[in-house]
Amino acid sequence: MLERLGHTVEFPAGQTCCGQMHWNTGYQKEALPLVQRFVDQFRDAEAVVVPSSSCVAMMKDHYPLMAEQLKDETLKAELKQLLPKVWEFSQFLTDCLGLKDVGAYYPHKVTYHASCHGLRNLGIKDGPMDLLRNVKGLELVEIENLDRCCGFGGTFAVKNPETSMAMLEEKLGSVLKTGAEVCTACDNSCLMHMEGSLHRQKAGVHTIHLAEILAGEEAGQ
Amino acid sequence: MSRIPLDPATSPAFPKAAKKSLGDQQLRRNVRHATDVIQAKRKRMVEERDDWQDLRESGSQIRQHTLRYLDQYLEEFERNCTKAGGHVHWARDGKEACEIVTRLAREAGAKEVIKIKTMTSEEIHLNNALETAGIMPVETDLAELIIQLGEDQPSHIVVPALHKNRHQVREIFKQKMGLKDLGDTPADLAEAARSYLRHKFLTVPTAVSGANYLIAETGGVCIVESEGNGRMCLTLPETLITIAGIDKVIPLMDNARTEVLADEEGRQTLHCIRCGACQNACPVYRQTGGHAYGSVYAGPIGAILTPQLQELHHAESLPYASSLCGACYEVCPVKINIPEVLIHLRHKVVEKQTKGLGTLNPEAVAMRVMAYIFRSEARFRAAQKFGRTAEKPLVNREGWIGWLPGMLGGWTQARDLQAMPDETFREWWEKRDKKEGRNG
Repeated sequence: MLERLGHTVEFPAGQTCCGQMHWNTGYQKEALPLVQRFVDQFRDAEAVVVPSSSCVAMMKDHYPLMAEQLKDETLKAELKQLLPKVWEFSQFLTDCLGLKDVGAYYPHKVTYHASCHGLRNLGIKDGPMDLLRNVKGLELVEIENLDRCCGFGGTFAVKNPETSMAMLEEKLGSVLKTGAEVCTACDNSCLMHMEGSLHRQKAGVHTIHLAEILAGEEAGQ
Repeated sequence: MSRIPLDPATSPAFPKAAKKSLGDQQLRRNVRHATDVIQAKRKRMVEERDDWQDLRESGSQIRQHTLRYLDQYLEEFERNCTKAGGHVHWARDGKEACEIVTRLAREAGAKEVIKIKTMTSEEIHLNNALETAGIMPVETDLAELIIQLGEDQPSHIVVPALHKNRHQVREIFKQKMGLKDLGDTPADLAEAARSYLRHKFLTVPTAVSGANYLIAETGGVCIVESEGNGRMCLTLPETLITIAGIDKVIPLMDNARTEVLADEEGRQTLHCIRCGACQNACPVYRQTGGHAYGSVYAGPIGAILTPQLQELHHAESLPYASSLCGACYEVCPVKINIPEVLIHLRHKVVEKQTKGLGTLNPEAVAMRVMAYIFRSEARFRAAQKFGRTAEKPLVNREGWIGWLPGMLGGWTQARDLQAMPDETFREWWEKRDKKEGRNG
């Protein structure tokens, strides 16, 4: 999709994990070296596009504090340069490029789930829905209680499985009520969580990342 | 009528307690309904103000300032309260606070005391202390009365009986007040409570209250209430004993608050004005209700306050009782960044649990192994390959995993997991580059 828009895309092969799982579970020491790794992999990019809002929130909200903890002045300075160039995927399209229509085709009934970190930490509001409204063939149906968590929460889902499931159950009730065939979001983790239960229930509804919808093209183009 | 109070020292860990609450469908319906109603009202009020964010900011500043100069404000309060005819007593912890209150009530010759809703008294288990001393506490806040008569526990700091609906309240009143015919409309229930309490207000000369704020400038106690029962407690009795934590800007009781204040990252917890907005907004609390938190302070604020008041001796599961969705921070009127404090406390829990032999606990080992993998491209690639092979026995014909062992079993209790794809993004990308003659 990015190439279709005329961009050159690179995938630094040395990238691994942003460290969110470690950091948010309390394993700070284990997460710290991953900051330097991220900077090393991406420092030369014009823009870093990340298809996961919670990873971006991790970087923007915590990396500067982590560099502070490491008492690493060089790292701090590099982050100051690099972090403004880090974009969550939908924000890259809407805010950095100023796009609402990326020329996509996806002939399905779709609902959008607002991932918490995208919504609250990054301020992603109407952008993804604007993008979806401009997808040819796509019918967007809005979900009730858009700002309510799906219950994933990283290790929360395995540390508190019953509570996580109760939250998921309510969220999926809202998804199914829309009558959508597909639920999309800017975070694969929420989608994996929802898909896990939709599959178990054989609900016939699937989840798909926003990027996959926006990458869709009409046959013959 | 003695209740066993919620106590973090004896309560089961959150996941276990939550499981019990989640099985109570009536409770969950009540909590969902009540928090929906309160949230909708809050939203209406917030929308009326275009300066809401400014108000939050100034609320946050006031709390920060007061806690910074807490020593001075405490002394100022003591001076002004004494000047106005009050007596200020200082208690190091809950036990000492209970002893002081009991002694004062005894000195006043009290056989009974009437009480305004005070969560601090619940925190320190004051009712049990009074009962042991032969003094009967009578709750006069409608919700606290329901809790006391129902031999129950408060589940919300502002709306303690939020987990009960009016039909359940009627049953409690009917049984404990000996009323045969009682309707369940709000008017019926309020009337029953009024008749029951009026006599107490007029005959019991000693009262115990909490405080929403203590005002250093005047030495006064500020209480916000909506029923009128609080006002009667404050004005009718001859003796009024007010208990407050030192974080109420002017408190009298420490109970580990000084330690919380000393922690740079955790101290914003003490900004809390006990408004309950975070509880109403929390998707976890919405499902479990308050009792699962094992303390009078439930919901997001409880998840950060209780472990700190317990100095992490107890309640280590509470910082993990959150999906970190941030709804609590969004609504907090004094801008306590609860998710950040939760993460901070999780770090402290991990540090404590991985000491000595704790380094061998399965979670810590798994975390270290993953961190080791994430530090190298070669190891990351190898791990992806290994994962695909290792998961094979668990993957069904459609490419899904329905059962996982150990810690991960929490996932597959009610969710499936898609198996890793035959080709990772990385492999697909590299193949594509090669085909197109690019080298990444």
